[in-house]
Amino acid sequence: MKLDINHIRNQFPILHQEVNGKPLVYFDNAATTQKPQRVIDALNKYYTLDNANIHRAAHTLASRSTEYFEQTRKAIQQFINAKEDAECIFTKGVTESINLVAQSWGRKFLQAGDEVVITTMEHHSNIVPWQMICEEKGAILKVIPINDAGELLIDEYDKLLSPKTKMVACVWVSNALGTINPVKEIIEKAHAVGAKVLLDGAQACSHLEVDVQALDCDFLTISSHKLYGPTGVGVLYGKRELLDAMPPYQGGGEMIKEVTFAKTTYNDIPFKFEAGTPNIADVIAFKYALDFVNELGKPAIAKHEDQLLRHFVNGIVEIHGIKLVGTAAQKVSVQSFVLNNMHHFDVGMMLDAKGIAVRTGHHCTQPLMQRFGMDGTVRASFAVYNTIEEVDVLLDALRKLANLNT
Amino acid sequence: MPTPKDIQNEIIDNFSLFEGDMEQTLMYLMDLGKKLPAMPEEHKIEEFIVKGCQSKVWVFPKFTDGKVQFEVDSNTEITKGLLYLLWSIWNNQTPETILNTELYFIEKIGMSRMIGTQRSNGFTAMIQKMKAFATLYQQHGNS
Ligand SMILES: Cc1ncc(COP(=O)(O)O)c(C=O)c1O
Repeated sequence: MKLDINHIRNQFPILHQEVNGKPLVYFDNAATTQKPQRVIDALNKYYTLDNANIHRAAHTLASRSTEYFEQTRKAIQQFINAKEDAECIFTKGVTESINLVAQSWGRKFLQAGDEVVITTMEHHSNIVPWQMICEEKGAILKVIPINDAGELLIDEYDKLLSPKTKMVACVWVSNALGTINPVKEIIEKAHAVGAKVLLDGAQACSHLEVDVQALDCDFLTISSHKLYGPTGVGVLYGKRELLDAMPPYQGGGEMIKEVTFAKTTYNDIPFKFEAGTPNIADVIAFKYALDFVNELGKPAIAKHEDQLLRHFVNGIVEIHGIKLVGTAAQKVSVQSFVLNNMHHFDVGMMLDAKGIAVRTGHHCTQPLMQRFGMDGTVRASFAVYNTIEEVDVLLDALRKLANLNT
Repeated sequence: MPTPKDIQNEIIDNFSLFEGDMEQTLMYLMDLGKKLPAMPEEHKIEEFIVKGCQSKVWVFPKFTDGKVQFEVDSNTEITKGLLYLLWSIWNNQTPETILNTELYFIEKIGMSRMIGTQRSNGFTAMIQKMKAFATLYQQHGNS
């Protein structure tokens, strides 16, 4: 199916504005995507008509909001092909999802001398939680190296694996480089030594087909705000037998079966991990973002985004004085680069002056930047509502910047 | 010696030519940055660095004849341009003058995003640091 990009753009009111006197070109989609009108409307409708606390009351509004809330759980179950919706736990985002696993699973199952394997290209949110629990437990963090293109060295991964490996926590798609990691192979190899696998799906889920059963991953983390949905909502998928065996992460309301001062028994999943009143409105609106993606279909989205990426890369290699960072064979529509003559911060400011929003800096991947001997890059990331014409605006601007002071 | 107020008003006057055009404003800032006297590399040490999330700035102070002299630099051109403006306002002023300055030019030239809660550049931290040096010299002279 060929997408009607104009029709798609018309669903995103935020895109139709000027920034610094120029039409907005939004290329910071890896940081967060914009929201279609139906998501904005869903938020509005919830507070206008449906607001009530969920799972607790006998009244009509409460059962309505509970039903909508649980509909999103069903939608996300289908979106990732989980066996049951109870395996999908709502969190604040990927960061909280990873912390939940590190704290709950890690506390119970990691011991001194055990090893946790991550990659060089992890976002800080898939590094720091593991460092914290490893330090607490006396476990050891190991890192899979990469080549200059930004691809994992699978041979080195093989060497890191051993019966001591208890967890492989791996980013599916790198937010800084766009690299798609061979997660199926990574999972099979980890399972062969008895390790569990957590996939950080923050960047993957808006571009790639997701089937947690086919992948056989143990945990997958998802962020709504990178998937055309609201901020403050994420998902932790986990296999039931793992989630059942894990202790609660936080205590409070909702997560209990029965409380006495002597002893508390815990609720079943997913509620065991959803203490307190969740972010009801945003969870409900998230479903509309999933609908948006499902209607277009991931293959059609990926095809369009790949065209944008290819057009950009073909243009940029022609410009003297710009170096691409992240040239893996398998990539989503994210491209980092640096200009020889200008600091990435200045590039970001100059592009903003032309109405172009890109990311500059270390992208919360400082160890990765160190690997490349840089303190940051400029990153353009494309979403389904972006156009070839917008890519040309960026290329034009970069041509001018690369020629300054030289 | 023009006062900080005089200098700021002149800056605002100069930038008003661009009528708020951000691109021209930034280009001009980058040009101004080139006018900064070079800061000796040996002064760019940890003690004199002011770290922002994205850009680094350095400030090296001296105190002679009751006035403060600053050497400043940054690794990004736009920040450097702003530093040049700050330097032109504060270099060779007394600690009292520096501490009593109300800085209003930044917003007036359309660069308010560079100050306030934005961590992304060292500019706000730089202002604090220069004032801290002025306070030090006010209290202790050159000791
Ligand atoms: C690869 C990756 N992991 C984790 C995160 C953190 O996600 P969240 O903002 O949902 O906590 C991000 C977002 O920047 C990301 O790109």
